[in-house]
Amino acid sequence: MSAKPEFREALASPPAIKAPRGSSREWRAFWHNPLARLGVGGLAFMVLFAFAGPLFWHQDANQPNLLQTLAAPTLHHPLGTDSLGRDYLKRMMLGGQLSLLVGFAAALVTTVIGVLYGLVSGLVGGAVDAVMMRFIDIMYAIPYLFLLLFLDSVFRPNAAVLIFVIAALSWFGVARLVRSEVLSLKHRDFVEAARAMGSSTWRIMIRHLLPNVMGVVVVNATFQVADAILVVAYLSFLGLGLPPPTPNWGEMLSTSMQYMFQNAWWLIYPPGIAILVVELSVNFIGDALRQAFDPRLNRTRT
Amino acid sequence: MSVVPANRQESDAAGDILMSVKDLTKYFSSRGGVLSGPPTKVKAVDGVSFDLVRGETLGLVGESGCGKTTLGRAVLRLIEPTSGEVYFEGQDILKMGKRQLRAIRRQMQVVFQDPFGSLNPRMSVGEIIEEPLVIHRLGDRAQRQARVRQLLEVVGLASYQMRRYPHEFSGGQRQRIGIARALAVNPKLIVADEPVSALDVSIQSQILNLFEDLQKEFGLTYLFIAHGLNVVRHISDRVAVMYLGAMVEIAGAEAIYQRPRHPYTEALFSAIPIPNPAVRRERIILQGDVPSPVNPPAGCRFHTRCPIAQDLCKTDRPLLKESESAHWVACHFR
Repeated sequence: MSAKPEFREALASPPAIKAPRGSSREWRAFWHNPLARLGVGGLAFMVLFAFAGPLFWHQDANQPNLLQTLAAPTLHHPLGTDSLGRDYLKRMMLGGQLSLLVGFAAALVTTVIGVLYGLVSGLVGGAVDAVMMRFIDIMYAIPYLFLLLFLDSVFRPNAAVLIFVIAALSWFGVARLVRSEVLSLKHRDFVEAARAMGSSTWRIMIRHLLPNVMGVVVVNATFQVADAILVVAYLSFLGLGLPPPTPNWGEMLSTSMQYMFQNAWWLIYPPGIAILVVELSVNFIGDALRQAFDPRLNRTRT
Repeated sequence: MSVVPANRQESDAAGDILMSVKDLTKYFSSRGGVLSGPPTKVKAVDGVSFDLVRGETLGLVGESGCGKTTLGRAVLRLIEPTSGEVYFEGQDILKMGKRQLRAIRRQMQVVFQDPFGSLNPRMSVGEIIEEPLVIHRLGDRAQRQARVRQLLEVVGLASYQMRRYPHEFSGGQRQRIGIARALAVNPKLIVADEPVSALDVSIQSQILNLFEDLQKEFGLTYLFIAHGLNVVRHISDRVAVMYLGAMVEIAGAEAIYQRPRHPYTEALFSAIPIPNPAVRRERIILQGDVPSPVNPPAGCRFHTRCPIAQDLCKTDRPLLKESESAHWVACHFR
């Protein structure tokens, strides 16, 4: 008695599981994650608000109106006015442009420098590693604030300088993190196997180590975005940020603290919530990316 | 201290020699710090010489910490040896520059013990097996893909599995993937570093059979490192026994299992269980522990535990000498 033909066929040919390759597989895993969608949505909203908002909202952000200072929200000024009577909604939009730009650019530069430094230091090891790590120790020993003040007074602050300064002061942490990951990875057998195959050091770095440190790096990068936005806020608070009248969320938040006791809640909540939404969104995205990068956490097959 | 005469194995070099190792040593030194006392040297491999005949399987046995793995990595220069010579097809690979070494790596590949650690978790099986081909710039994309499919079938997996990731496979399957990767560039020598000791017994024999089939098919030479004595007996043409960084005996597999010459080998092999409860074998139990390789005993390294040691053994280190035809022993009295 023979099995039905179609049944035998099903046994003969293995089920063709169509697993999408490389980047598209990761992208799918990412998009399957509800937190990722929430993060992307939140971030997209803030970006649109900051960059597309001004196209629809034509109030002048820098025109003082001393007859209407610290006015509570009205239809004409949906977020009220600040201490100089300027439209706060428009300032939120413009401030968002700068904060987002500086935050993301600084995080990107920080991460790239830190990852390269950490990879080289960890993989090459020996005296090179020792020198590179002592350099980081020295940089850590220099008071952060002092350096910021110094760099900020040497260079005339603009967005590019700010990005550079923030990146120059925050890559050590990333470098250390990546180095420690590399130290634990480089003695794993698959790295040894790659060497036995005849891989170059460069190839081991890019093909074997980098994908395996990507998870922690991406998560860390999301914190860097948040940190950079806050550093701009500190600097503004010290009067060292970007020169007025260009607003940014950090500066807006710190200046509005002065009006807390005048019940000017409309000055405090919007920048605070905006920073919070951006940071949460970025963290959600980071966490979802980490999961997507790791095939073992990736349970979305077929 | 001269250890072993360089040309000692001329006589059994009937076949043609693929790799010849001469007086290889590897010391690991720990730097002395203020608190850690004077610098120490761990003599992991100390003056080892042997030849690998083309097409043979040389089993390398010894207890944990005797330097088997270090030796296996040092002959491939995955660990930089302290001194010695390793000739691969007549060329000393220890004298090679980076570029030359990378080119010759195509001829010698490794299969690792840990089937979980030896595959990059972020690469698909197809990418893993293809990688050596990419590194050595062999074929175009389509040819490489075809080769990967072929290799997967050679090692007993299905070609559609190339899209999967290592964590989706069992230990035995992963070991097959590791073997396929090693085979990809058509090597002449494969150093298998305890390739079955992490696997279930039922899977072990499958993988061992695979090793044997591949050897027949591709004319491979194996340096097969293991601590399972039955495994080694099953697969080896010749067996080498290491003790504390030195080779104490090397001979044909049947000869060494039937009539071990070195007292250490005798003791070691007396531990193999016999699958017949009626047969009683005299179990030789050694006294004491293996001395530390930081400060190995002078003279014969085994003299502290040897049942037949005499004063000579405390001062003179015995060389490997041919006690019978093709049966080499490092003992003054055997």
